[in-house]
Amino acid sequence: MKRALHIALFFGILITIWWLAVATGRWSPVILPSPASVADYLWTSTLDDSLPDAMLVTVRRLLVGYLIGVAIGLPVGLFTSASQLLEDTVGSLALGLQTLPSVCWVPLALIWFGQTETAMLFVVVMGTVWSVIIATDHGARTIPPIFVRAARTMGSRGFHQWTRVTLPASLPFLVSGMKQGWAFAWRSLMAAEIYVTILTGFGLGHLLHYGRELNAMEQVIGVMLVIVVIGFLADRMLFSPWERFLHRRWGTSDQKL
Amino acid sequence: MLQQGTLDRSRFTKLVVEGVTKWYRSGSVTVHALEDVSLEVGNGEFVCLVGPSGCGKSTLLDIMAGLSKADSGRVIADGQPVEGPGRQRLVVFQEPALFPWLTAFGNVVFGLKLRPDLTNRQRREIATKYLALVGLEGFARASVHELSGGMKQRVALARALAPDPDVLLMDEPFAALDAMTRDQLYSDIQRIWRESGKTILFVTHDVREAVCLGDRVLLMSPRPGHIGREFTISLPRPREINSAKLAELAAQTAAALKEAGAVSQ
Repeated sequence: MKRALHIALFFGILITIWWLAVATGRWSPVILPSPASVADYLWTSTLDDSLPDAMLVTVRRLLVGYLIGVAIGLPVGLFTSASQLLEDTVGSLALGLQTLPSVCWVPLALIWFGQTETAMLFVVVMGTVWSVIIATDHGARTIPPIFVRAARTMGSRGFHQWTRVTLPASLPFLVSGMKQGWAFAWRSLMAAEIYVTILTGFGLGHLLHYGRELNAMEQVIGVMLVIVVIGFLADRMLFSPWERFLHRRWGTSDQKL
Repeated sequence: MLQQGTLDRSRFTKLVVEGVTKWYRSGSVTVHALEDVSLEVGNGEFVCLVGPSGCGKSTLLDIMAGLSKADSGRVIADGQPVEGPGRQRLVVFQEPALFPWLTAFGNVVFGLKLRPDLTNRQRREIATKYLALVGLEGFARASVHELSGGMKQRVALARALAPDPDVLLMDEPFAALDAMTRDQLYSDIQRIWRESGKTILFVTHDVREAVCLGDRVLLMSPRPGHIGREFTISLPRPREINSAKLAELAAQTAAALKEAGAVSQ
């Protein structure tokens, strides 16, 4: 309760400073719109559905691409951890491509797939998959061998051993890898949406871009706020449960809020 | 004659190790870990294998568990050669090796889930029973990191006992625990052994521990690992680790171990 009060107070002060800065009249509304005009933008664009639609488009791209990336990355990471040949080949490819900022995939995706949904998905998948592969590989390689030995004496092998021992044992690595994959995917998707008009759906990056084109600063700031909130909520909903689980079971890493 | 003898004993013999030899090669170093090791463990017997660290006793236990292969020789369990790890011979390791992503209860159920012959209800009942047997009925929902070292090792023991193996292989399970916890576990393991009637092969470097627990104590010498003398311990049970009688016997055994060690070098 006390913490919630602190948080409310902090943001209250921040908005008050913003409002006071506007009230001085030193800056034109194009440079610094008032909090009220941003709120008005958020309200009207919610009423005319342009903002919720864009949110839906963006979140769907992100979730679908992210899930595809994880679905590919997890098994590939397990395979590379199990075979030296795959580690040397696919593993080093993943390591190399992970260092490539994922927004660099955008030009390639546009040439391959055109201004389509597929291009956006491709960028998100590329942002996700390498981090997940590397985290899974690393996690599976560094689990204490004693876990596998103990499981094998109890009759666990093959698929059971992978899914019931290796994967859960590497969970601390997996969660941080999937978080990193998420962060990369989210950033690259935003960059791609701002960079190019995708004909099949207008996302948040698109709204941001047109806010600039129209010199509508209240739209730019409003959309930025929405993007922050989505990122924050995604972190809370997707990863906090896992982090709490890690904290409860492993007894490590600090619990958040 | 020898064949006949083996046949006759097979009804009583749970585990046979026949002429097991093992070499380790890692890089430029080659270690002769085990040389022609043979031993037998009777059904329901508690056998302790004692030797200094590096004498190959853990290697031997691994081979008996089926976790690694002998270069020559073989292990026979219940008349069948051991080809790989199996539920009939479960291991309690020196580190508890509990799975941190599961609760204490989840760890005990883990092995039971690999038994298709059980229903989920039976699995829960068995796991509850074995947690109670090791004195942890109140800790079913505890995470591994919330348990003390001794409690972890108890859970590991319950996990190994629950799938009802014929043989329990214990690899210095109490070595990392403090003395008071260990003393308690000595009486617990004797009680559990009596109640469950399991065959136990217990590896340790602590002679007194071996004398306290074993029906028989086999001395193992290093470089290459081989079994030297064998002692039958006829002290009445339950045995108390701190009793004078036991200390005396342990001293004699330790002297024999020292002698054997000197001979092998």
